[in-house]
Amino acid sequence: MYKEKSNLKSFQVFATFGLIPLLVFGIVVLIPFFSGLFLSLTNWNGSLDGKIEFIGIGNYISAVRDPAFWGSLGKTFYYVFFVMILTNTSAFLFGLLVTSGMKGQNFYRAGYFTPNLIGGVILGYIWQFIFSRVFVYFGTKTGIPFFEISWLTQPHAALWALIIVGVWQNAGYMMLIYIAGFVGIDKSLIEAARMDGASPLQMLQKIKIPMMVPAFTITLFLTLRKAFMVYDVNLSLTKGGPYNTTELISMHVYNEAFLNQNMGPGQAKAFLLFLLVAVIAVAQVAVLKKKEVDAI
Amino acid sequence: MMTQRRINSLIKQLFAILFLVFMLLPFFLVLINALKPRIEIIKNPMALPHALSLANFTKAWVTMKFGTVLMNTAYITAFSQILLIVFGAMLSYMLVRWDFKANKIIFTVLICAMIIPFQSLMIPFVSIFGKLGLMNSRTALIFFYMGFGMPMTTFMYHGFMKGISREMEEAALIDGCSHFYCFWKIVFPNLKPITTTILIVNILWIWNDFLLPSLVLIKDKNRTIPLSTFYFFGEYTAELGLAMAALILSVLPVVVIYLFLQKQIVTGVMDGAIK
Repeated sequence: MYKEKSNLKSFQVFATFGLIPLLVFGIVVLIPFFSGLFLSLTNWNGSLDGKIEFIGIGNYISAVRDPAFWGSLGKTFYYVFFVMILTNTSAFLFGLLVTSGMKGQNFYRAGYFTPNLIGGVILGYIWQFIFSRVFVYFGTKTGIPFFEISWLTQPHAALWALIIVGVWQNAGYMMLIYIAGFVGIDKSLIEAARMDGASPLQMLQKIKIPMMVPAFTITLFLTLRKAFMVYDVNLSLTKGGPYNTTELISMHVYNEAFLNQNMGPGQAKAFLLFLLVAVIAVAQVAVLKKKEVDAI
Repeated sequence: MMTQRRINSLIKQLFAILFLVFMLLPFFLVLINALKPRIEIIKNPMALPHALSLANFTKAWVTMKFGTVLMNTAYITAFSQILLIVFGAMLSYMLVRWDFKANKIIFTVLICAMIIPFQSLMIPFVSIFGKLGLMNSRTALIFFYMGFGMPMTTFMYHGFMKGISREMEEAALIDGCSHFYCFWKIVFPNLKPITTTILIVNILWIWNDFLLPSLVLIKDKNRTIPLSTFYFFGEYTAELGLAMAALILSVLPVVVIYLFLQKQIVTGVMDGAIK
């Protein structure tokens, strides 16, 4: 550690190394954050010219009373739940497969990761074409009713279309974290288990999965966050439709604020979203950290 | 024993290929349809094109002004990276090497900021910076990226910097080097592995980001790839062939780079994710 003798010297160091980045961070992140907190407690309507009055938690009450908010939140939970389970199951399988010493495993890794290189808007449009053209064509040709009507025109199927794309988009990324986990397992543990005659399934259950707890901490946290915040794919794949049935929470906040111009309640909803994500994230990390210790 | 092994590896390959088809088939379907005229797509979106025609691509390129769009995206991504790397590295150097009382607070605030979803900031963000007339400018967008990317960048540098020995820099300081000079001459070159990781993670983020530029860049001369795809698709959704060609164009730059730097990108993202 370097120590500076005088305050002037300390300030010089701070001005050289820390001032500019912290100033920019403060302007771009902290000011909007705190003014958002303040504005959610006022009757602000989007302009800064009018008189702003403090109305306490009025916006939060009207946000909580809005059935559309709960509808959107409910669908988001449904979406997040399935995306989390399915993404992590497939990512875990991918990771297991491409660390098993098979031929061409680097090639497969790179292939599975590909969707992550591309922005959500573009991915959503790609799948929009698949669901509304390719599936429907396939359905009418083969007479399978499951595909005959575009999924994107039916509320429940459209939500599942979003889930499928969410899994497809994130699985390759989570796979990389599982790969790092599998590679990090001490080889001597595996070797010892093999000497004792453990079957591959037993090895998976007794050694690999417990040793993977740190990897699970990261992947579950990341999928949760990504799934909760999803916006791009939602916008390009379903645009919230049909009839707002797939309007997930990020889009709901966006539409409330920028389309309906309800700035106050919109900002209140945005903060409730922030609190929710923060609480879940902290709780989950705490729980899994505890498990990690038990496993060792 | 040998045959059992063979069967096992065959099954593995089979599954691996099956997964790969699921992951890549959507791209392939878009590609084959981008080469077809509209009528052929409607007739059968699963068929290969009869004749190879690049007409859709040239038309999409021109209508999207893809050259400009590509330059915008590259410009915004490149300058944001430079600022994030330069200032993120310096900030984390201060946080790791000095015993300032504020350092702990600064670091905690940066960590907490990583949890804040952009959606919780965007409403005041638009009204404040809109009022200040900072919208519609690529420079402003770069400035915003610097702010939003700073926590993660600093956090990653911070973790790496703690593990670097101080002998070299202390020797240089005794020789009369200033801290600033010493940082750039001696410390920064040693940060190369983490700098590469940070670059890969941040480039993928900014290159593909949609929500922030959609709020900031409204005029079409400034648009980035995700933005112009969005507007283009909205307008030409009926012109299927054209829309498909536009999608392929937007995907192409990253995919071409990926073909060459596949290994670096995969390891970079992997390192970034487990930090």
